[in-house]
Parts: sequence; C-alpha cells; structure tokens
Amino acid sequence: MGSTLAQKTWDAHVVRHGDDGGDLLYVDMHLLHEVNTPQAFDDLRAAGRAVRRPDLTVGTEDHNTPTVAIDKVIQDPAGRRQTTLMRANCEEFGIPLHRLGSAGQGIVHVIGPELGLVRPGMTIVCCDSHTTTLGAFGAVAFGIGTKQVEHVLATQTLPMARPKDMAVTVTGELPPGVTAKDLVLAIIARIGTGGGVGHIIEYRGAAVTALSMEGRMTLCNMSVEAGSRAGLIAPDETTFAYLRTRPGMPQGADWEAEVAHWKSLRSDEDAVYDKEVVIDASTLTPYVSWGNNPGQSIPLDAVVPAPADFSDPQERVAAERALAYMDLEPGTGMRELPIDAVFLGSCTNGRIEDLRAAAEVLEGRKVADGLHMMIVPGSTPVREQAVAEGLDRVFAEAGADFRPAAGCSMCAALNEDRLLPGQRAASTSNRNFEGRQGKGSRTHIVSPAVAAATAVAGRLAAPADL
Amino acid sequence: MDKFTVHTGTAMPLRRSNVDTDQIIPARFVPYFSWKGHANALFADWRDDPAFPLNLPQYQGATVLLAGNDFATGSSRESAVWALERFGFKAVIAPRFGDIFRGNSLMRGLLTVAVPAAVVERLWEAVERDPFTEVTVDLELLEVRCGGLVQPFELDEAARQRLLAGRDPIADTLAESADAITAYEGGRRPALPVTR
Repeated sequence: MGSTLAQKTWDAHVVRHGDDGGDLLYVDMHLLHEVNTPQAFDDLRAAGRAVRRPDLTVGTEDHNTPTVAIDKVIQDPAGRRQTTLMRANCEEFGIPLHRLGSAGQGIVHVIGPELGLVRPGMTIVCCDSHTTTLGAFGAVAFGIGTKQVEHVLATQTLPMARPKDMAVTVTGELPPGVTAKDLVLAIIARIGTGGGVGHIIEYRGAAVTALSMEGRMTLCNMSVEAGSRAGLIAPDETTFAYLRTRPGMPQGADWEAEVAHWKSLRSDEDAVYDKEVVIDASTLTPYVSWGNNPGQSIPLDAVVPAPADFSDPQERVAAERALAYMDLEPGTGMRELPIDAVFLGSCTNGRIEDLRAAAEVLEGRKVADGLHMMIVPGSTPVREQAVAEGLDRVFAEAGADFRPAAGCSMCAALNEDRLLPGQRAASTSNRNFEGRQGKGSRTHIVSPAVAAATAVAGRLAAPADL
Repeated sequence: MDKFTVHTGTAMPLRRSNVDTDQIIPARFVPYFSWKGHANALFADWRDDPAFPLNLPQYQGATVLLAGNDFATGSSRESAVWALERFGFKAVIAPRFGDIFRGNSLMRGLLTVAVPAAVVERLWEAVERDPFTEVTVDLELLEVRCGGLVQPFELDEAARQRLLAGRDPIADTLAESADAITAYEGGRRPALPVTR
C-alpha cells in the first residue's frame, strides 16, 4: 500500500518515534506574530532556555498593527505592549522581525511565501490557526498554541501524534465567476466544521490543479474552518513557477535538483485515505455564509434557511441561535440583505489577485452611499504591487478606503478596526463567529468579487448582478 | 504542569455546539496576556445573559465543563485554555474538539475528553436534574464515571503519560531527544530556507 503526501512529509520529519505512538516532529520553519508569543518567551527565559534555531524562525507584526498609517501609535495599551515585547523578544533571541513599515512586513501567512520561506515538503508551524494556508505549496503546515511555540523555540521540534489522511477531490471546472473562496465555503458547508477534525486534508482533482497559487492558498487557508489540522496540495508546475520568482531560491543545477525532489512529493496511486469526499466544481455558484460558523454557508442564490431545515438537533439549535444573532428571517433571499461595511483583506483574501478581482468590479463604479469599504493589503509588497498596477486609483475613484499599511485589521478586530454592534458586513476573511469583527458584529463571508459587487450594490450581490 | 490522575467534581452544562475560541475568550481580551487575567474574560460576551450557566448559582465551583459538539474550534489562542483553567475547570467533556485547542489543553494539563454525543446528553440531564452530581474523569483507567454511567475514552498515549506524571514536555524532549535532534539536523536538505 502506498503513502499519502502528508504521510511522506511527516515521516521525513520524524526525529524520533515515541514508545507510546507519539512522534517527535522536526519543524523546518517557525513563524511568529505578536499576539500569541509573549508568554512563550517569558517561560523560555524563566527556564533559562535558548532559542535553538533563530535561523529557522521569523517574526512579523500583523494582528495589533494599525493599517491607517505606519507611524500611528497603537491606542490599546495591551496591544501596544505586545508589539513592544515582540520587538524586544526577537532582538534578545536573535530572531529576524518584519516590523510595521519594513519591506517584508505583512500578515504572517502572506509574507511566508513572498519571502521564499515556504516550499514543498517542509513542516511549518505558527501560533495562528490559518497556518494551513501554506499547505498550498505541498508543505505540512499547521497552527499551534503558546506552549507549543515555546517547545519549538527551545527544541525546533514538536511531540505530536500523526493526523489521519483525508482526500477532498474536486472534479470538473469552476464556472466563470466562481472562485477558490466559493469552493472552500461549499466544501465546509458540505463536510461541516468538524468534518476534518484529526485529519490532514489533501485537495486534489482538476479544479484544484487549475487554481493559481493564490487560489490554492485561499483554499488551504480555510482548511482549519473544517476542523482539520492542515490542508495541502501536491506541488506541480504552478508551484514551481511561483517559487522561481521568490528570493533565496537555489540557482542552476541546485534549482533543478530541488525541482526534481519536489516532483517526487505526491501521494502514491494506491495510497489509502481514512476519509474521502468528492465534489463536482461545475455545480458551484458564488457562496456566502449566513450564520456564525463557516459551515453555515449557502449559495448566494439561496434564501436564509429555517431551523426546521436541519435534521440534526444540535444543528437546529445552532441555527436558531445564529438566526437570532444575525437578525435574519428564514426565507429571506441572501441578495436582499443590506450591508453596512465591506472588508477586503486578511490571510484568506488579502493578496494581489484578490485586490485585482475587486478592482475589476469597482472600475468605473462607486461604492454605495453610506457603506464603508475597507481594503487592507495583506503585506507591504502586495500594497506596492497594487499601486504599481494603478489599483489604488481605481479604489480611490470608487470611494473605497485603501489602507496604507498591511495587517490583519478587521478580520480579527485586534487593531482599531471594528464593526459597531449590529452592523452587518460582507467580509473576505475566514470567520463569521459571534463578535469576530467587533462585539455584536454580523459577518457574511464572501469572495473578493462578491465583496466588491456588494460594496457597489449596498446589498449582497455578485458582479453579474451589477 | 500539575499531575492529572483522577479528578472528581461537579459539572457545568454548556448546551451549545460550535463554541469557538472567540467565544471562550473574545479576541479583545487576548492581548491581556498575564496568566491571572484570563478568568474574568471566560465567555465574556455571553455573561451579560443572566441565564448563562456560568452565572447560575447552582454551577458555581464546577470543575468539569460539559460542552456540545466541536468545542473550541477556531483560533490557535492558548488563552482559551488559560481562561478555562484559571476559572477552575480541570476537564472538558465534549463529543469532539478543535484540534489546536486539544493540543494546547493537553500540553497545559487541562484534560479534554471526547465521548459520544449521547453520553454528553445523559451527563447534561444528570447535572441539570441535580447540580451536586459528581463527575469523575479517570485518566488512569481512561473512564468517565457519573452515577451508574461508566464511559471509556481514548487519548493519545504520549499525552496521557505526560499528564499522569505531570512532566514538562520541553524538559522531556531536551532530556530524551537532544542527540536525536542534532543527528536529524545533520541530514536535512541543504537547500531548505533560512531566515538569516
């Protein structure tokens, strides 16, 4: 019986098999941000331990950082203290840090690939659940907690049991106007928020290989919303073409040797998965979330569901609660929902292709009166690229608020960008949890194209509706 | 890390599924990272509701949380574990947990126990009928016991051994595997990226 890509990658990183079934896994790249790390450094110091491999560790400032200006003082004292500590900790332990305003700064999952730090066959961890994004390159990449951060800092390893294997095969072709974001929402709606618990999902099939690297990152990004430990896609020519342009890549014969190695990183034909799901891409349309978890998503063409539509009693109770929180009436068409704010950005959809998709819709149009559209680049290079392509002018002419600095912004509501209680937003981010974008906020997750069309229409809309 | 062998205590029913870590501790409290500050932030946005179990007198002092399916999905924030621990919970019983939270909790010594949904339903009913009902979580025998109910559960054996002994996982790794890590590093592909 053959092996899966996830299993091969895992096996290649086992430092030691435990007597009790757990593995000690070597970590090739450890990414840090300011929020979930101060305690790890405190405990490291208290125990008198060093950082084993600062050369395999990198930090960025993204969650707390203001995006309205790079020199704005962080108003929240606790947030400001975290950022100050991040700088001091990285300096003390010799860890490179991409500070706000520096060339490589941005959301941790956006800058990892940009800086050439993410490649096929690697293991990558970060104190952030959306580390699953980086599986787009054929790496085993997952989020960890603060104690695990400390463990990796001290040892460059993690004790863990190997997750099971799950295959999500997407056959056919995505119809025009249907994106990776719609695909992943459809997948989570199908398998549920717990559908991938304990598994690494491998995405396969024609519709997956047809995606750009940025689309693949969007798809893998939301793997965690299906409960899975990680999501990955076997590397191919699309992967190699992206990597070719990144800094620090091997050259000449060394590059050829790496590509040859990367080509061997795929699941065997006879590999057996613990769980398998098949989805036909050609049946999909733009998706949108209606409730308070990403699994509560439906086609934009559909109406708000009723609790009675759910046979599972727990899902029925969850639907009642979500309808009340979201202030929705069953039977209402999703397109009828008026929107107060649109957020384009995040580690899910804050990349250049996402900004281009929005600009295409906004070109020659205006953001609806009274609606605030915030566009936050995922990294400093994304912002620079957008300016070089003139997207900033399109955004300005449309009346959108294109931010001068990069960060997580309203996705996690840890900087000053928050919705007011009761405000309804269309958001390209990954979570529609209660209070996610500010206490009492109501979030509908959408693709960048739907976000832009919604900003113009003032109601949930697809570009084709304009 | 404290040892976890057998724990008996009263329980708090949380009849909700998909309780994500944003609900366990809303993001705006996460930057308050000191150890002690997190208890007050536990389920902060739900505590305005006087009927929320955390506010009910009969469940004060509970040390076992009984939650619905897919408990603690979402963000990697370990402060969700800290908030539960600081509030006094020793164990959480639910049909299924978010993977990252589970990893975090077992690293820190908060025991997460997965049992079938029907068992959680029986525990909910028992505790709601009589809040003095005691629930025992036995890590030695891998059992949950409550009244006449005896429910076995599974746990990653490495995590179990660590919890039983109360061992610090980092000290373990440094003591047992330092040479193996060095040996592994000697065989890594030289073309792998570095950050400086």
